Amino acid sequence: MAMSATRRRLLFGIPLALAVVGGEGFYTILRRMQRNDYDPHALPSPLIGKRPPAFSLPGLNGGPGFSNLDLLAPPRPMLVNWFASWCIPCVQEAQMLDWLTKNGLTIWGINYEDKADTAAHYLAQNGNPYTRIATDISGLTAINWGVYGVPETYLIDKTGIVRWRYAGPLTPDIVNGTLNKLLRRYS
Amino acid sequence: MKRVLLFLLAFLPALAQAQMVTRDGVTLTQTQETRAEAIGDQLRCLVCQNESIEGSSATLAKQLRIIIRQHVVEGDSNKSIMQFMVQRYGIFVLLKPPFTPLTYLLYATPPLALIIGLLIFWVARRIRVTPPAPLSAEDAKRLDELLQ
Amino acid sequence: MIPEIGHFALALAVALAFAQGVVGIFAPGLRDPRAMRATPALAISHLLAIGASLLCLIYAGIVSDFTVENVADFSSSAVPLLYRITGTWGNHDGSILLWCFILSLCGGVVALFGHNLPASLRARVLGVLGLVSGGFLLFTLTVSDPLARLWPPPLQGAGINPILQDPGLAFHPPVLYAGYVGFSVAFAFAVAALIEGRIDAAWGRWVRPWALLSWIFLTAGITLGSWWSYYTLGWGGFWFWDPVENAALLPWLTGTALLHCAIVVEKREALKAWTVLLAIATFSLSLSGTFLVRSGILNSVHSFAAAPGQGLFLLVLLGLTIGGSLLLFAVRAPVLAAAGIFAPLSRESALVLNNIFLCAIAAVVFVGTLYPPFVDLFFGIQLSVGAPFFDQTVLPLTAPLILAMAVGPLLPWKRADLAPALARLWLAAGVALVVFLVTTAERHVVTALGLAGGAWVMLAALTDFAERLRLFRVPLSASFARLASLPRSAIGAALGHLGFGVTILGIAGMTLATQKVIVMQPGQTTELGGYSWTLEDIRSAPGPDYSQRIADVTLSAHGHPFLTLHPSRRNFAAQGTVTDDAAINTNGFQDIYAVFSDEPAGGGAELRLNRHPLAPEIWFGGLIMALGGALSLSDRRLRVGAPARAKRKKPAEVAA
Repeated sequence: MAMSATRRRLLFGIPLALAVVGGEGFYTILRRMQRNDYDPHALPSPLIGKRPPAFSLPGLNGGPGFSNLDLLAPPRPMLVNWFASWCIPCVQEAQMLDWLTKNGLTIWGINYEDKADTAAHYLAQNGNPYTRIATDISGLTAINWGVYGVPETYLIDKTGIVRWRYAGPLTPDIVNGTLNKLLRRYS
Repeated sequence: MKRVLLFLLAFLPALAQAQMVTRDGVTLTQTQETRAEAIGDQLRCLVCQNESIEGSSATLAKQLRIIIRQHVVEGDSNKSIMQFMVQRYGIFVLLKPPFTPLTYLLYATPPLALIIGLLIFWVARRIRVTPPAPLSAEDAKRLDELLQ
Repeated sequence: MIPEIGHFALALAVALAFAQGVVGIFAPGLRDPRAMRATPALAISHLLAIGASLLCLIYAGIVSDFTVENVADFSSSAVPLLYRITGTWGNHDGSILLWCFILSLCGGVVALFGHNLPASLRARVLGVLGLVSGGFLLFTLTVSDPLARLWPPPLQGAGINPILQDPGLAFHPPVLYAGYVGFSVAFAFAVAALIEGRIDAAWGRWVRPWALLSWIFLTAGITLGSWWSYYTLGWGGFWFWDPVENAALLPWLTGTALLHCAIVVEKREALKAWTVLLAIATFSLSLSGTFLVRSGILNSVHSFAAAPGQGLFLLVLLGLTIGGSLLLFAVRAPVLAAAGIFAPLSRESALVLNNIFLCAIAAVVFVGTLYPPFVDLFFGIQLSVGAPFFDQTVLPLTAPLILAMAVGPLLPWKRADLAPALARLWLAAGVALVVFLVTTAERHVVTALGLAGGAWVMLAALTDFAERLRLFRVPLSASFARLASLPRSAIGAALGHLGFGVTILGIAGMTLATQKVIVMQPGQTTELGGYSWTLEDIRSAPGPDYSQRIADVTLSAHGHPFLTLHPSRRNFAAQGTVTDDAAINTNGFQDIYAVFSDEPAGGGAELRLNRHPLAPEIWFGGLIMALGGALSLSDRRLRVGAPARAKRKKPAEVAA
């Protein structure tokens, strides 16, 4: 049975069509990467839309620490920032955290797998933006949060729900872009 | 006495499996260790991101290995341990994605690729044996004239 | 000064490449013989220019010239000489310069060795190569410049990534690129044929050596890469289905299909459109792989630090090259009349089946690798597709391939009966069955299938070889005579299949690998794989840019020590990283593998001990495949068409 010429041409055009579709897809992905909408190395946190898991951690050098019950209903959206004295990117974001607190944002810190004296020294050297500090020496609470590195920052809204997780040091781009938008949305 | 010993001998293979090993500070039986390794091989190390947590030397991988072994010793099923990990890290932590509507296309690719390949072969054979189109009346007349 | 010369040479190369492209494509259409002859000259000068540029970059690395940004970022004067040289391509910018160099080398080789090609075809092939080169050189010069200068220069460079400080680094990238990029020649042949509108047996004969040459390098490159990660990464894995590994495997799969298809075009003038499409697809996959790794889209341990801006430039290049060639295919390929008819059961059909299976495997790997970014794009969900998925989907697909590749070479062309071919495989089938039953008795079914499959393929290749010699059917002296006159391509093909079988055996053997992770104190002994492993001592030793801690491990069998291994941990002060150096001992059929993975605070050493049966076979197989290809390539018939030349001479002599 004969196949018409046009049908043949269409068949031979399939590879081109597939390539065009693929190209469109890649282009879209690249544009989104440029706009910081997509990061192939970042993980979405399963905590988003939920409350932080149950925990109760001691404080630093005799301080009070805090638990998940303290995060049930913050007066304003706040950040929980995981940090460590041995973490170099944490030093990089220290200035940014400082700036954020000066502009009215509340940040609570959790010290991850660290020693009390080095942590205290770190805070003395780089400034202490944290209203309250807890220590997770074993790292088990971090695992329950789904933390996989430091620094990590979680945005918690007024109802105690986690709305955003950022893995890595907070940069001006991220703060002015994503964080600002979210703070406006959830205030 | 001999019968008792022979009876006990039957348990030797089981005893071999019951031999204890220590891995990352957790002591468990060989069977349990094998099960834990199989689970670990299915989970992605999030720090190195292209190794499983069994093979990775990252601290987080070690902590997760310890947690897996503790759960295995307590008798938790493979499914619940995987759930534990997914609850905390998302489905990204699974090296083999779960079979849900989202991944139907992915899992369908092997049979689909074969079928499409064979289809193209079959279609291509039909294209090849196309006879030329019959001549129109005008062309047939021209051909006659040329042949004369 | 030297870096500036290199920079200038790079800019010159861009101009020469585009000149080569334009002249090569348009000269045949204008029927200008001088212009057509100019194209090879342009190709060679283009090669010299970029060669000079690469040499200048290497020189800057050797003398540790930190005014060159690339050297300052990725090297240091403490790095040993070999790695100051080879580290040139251990980073994004340097490696893309190497990529461009190899691309220009392809053009140069076609210019120098393509005498037997008609002038117009050679010009068009060089033209296509020139345009592709030009695009990538422009990318390198503008967005990814390895010779960019840095002022003031730092006092010391940042040093090289410790994992890359390895002899494997010297050979794996250039060899892999020679294969990966080498398929540009087959691509250029395909595009040239589409432009010319003619594909015949002669085209098939001309394109085969070039496809074969790049296939040899790609096979060797992938084998080397796999072996390198095996002994470097420290847990005995040899293939991780990492996106970058997949990016190299995909062109290998379609390239193997291409190689087999080209045979059919040459011998039977059938499957022309298929061959052209495969040639385009193979290089397109190479390009896509380059794009995916450098754009940052894919999450990989190999990927270079990337900027989306670079990604966009590459995407444009890809669009022009792949889109352009596929458009040409869509328009011109239907015109190519298919000549040869063949029965559903024949060698041609077997080759088509082989292609279908190879392409099906390629499709699975392709979809699996690209699924995560596209799912994220459409649904915003991040999932991961890793080794377990690929193992469970690709390995079953190799089963029909393994079955078919044994039967194919034994079928005659055009029309065949299955029964005689299968009958000739009685030995292969019998041995495979025995191997399967013996191994299954130990309850390792997957291993059994793998070992049986490997035995089946190996013996089938030997059967094919024996058939050609009519071994045991005619007197031995007659068989020897046949051996002498047997075309090398036939031996090469059998070797190729044999090598594949050997690799399958190796992979099957690895499923029986035994491993133990244990913290030991000096003097302690443990059992694994039938051997006693004793940690003798832990000691320190200095190195060029690292400090070492070495564990001495002795193995004994039946109380007799027979082997001592020295796995070590290296602390690179400059980068603050610690790497584990695996100690491997091989006897050709088994690897003993020990890694010093940690030194716990409580003392002693954490060791990962492994016994890997048949592991060396994985890479021996790859080597045998490459050798088979090389042997095939050395067949004079393939390259110069010698019989045709002799025939042409005769009439002239008669006339005289």
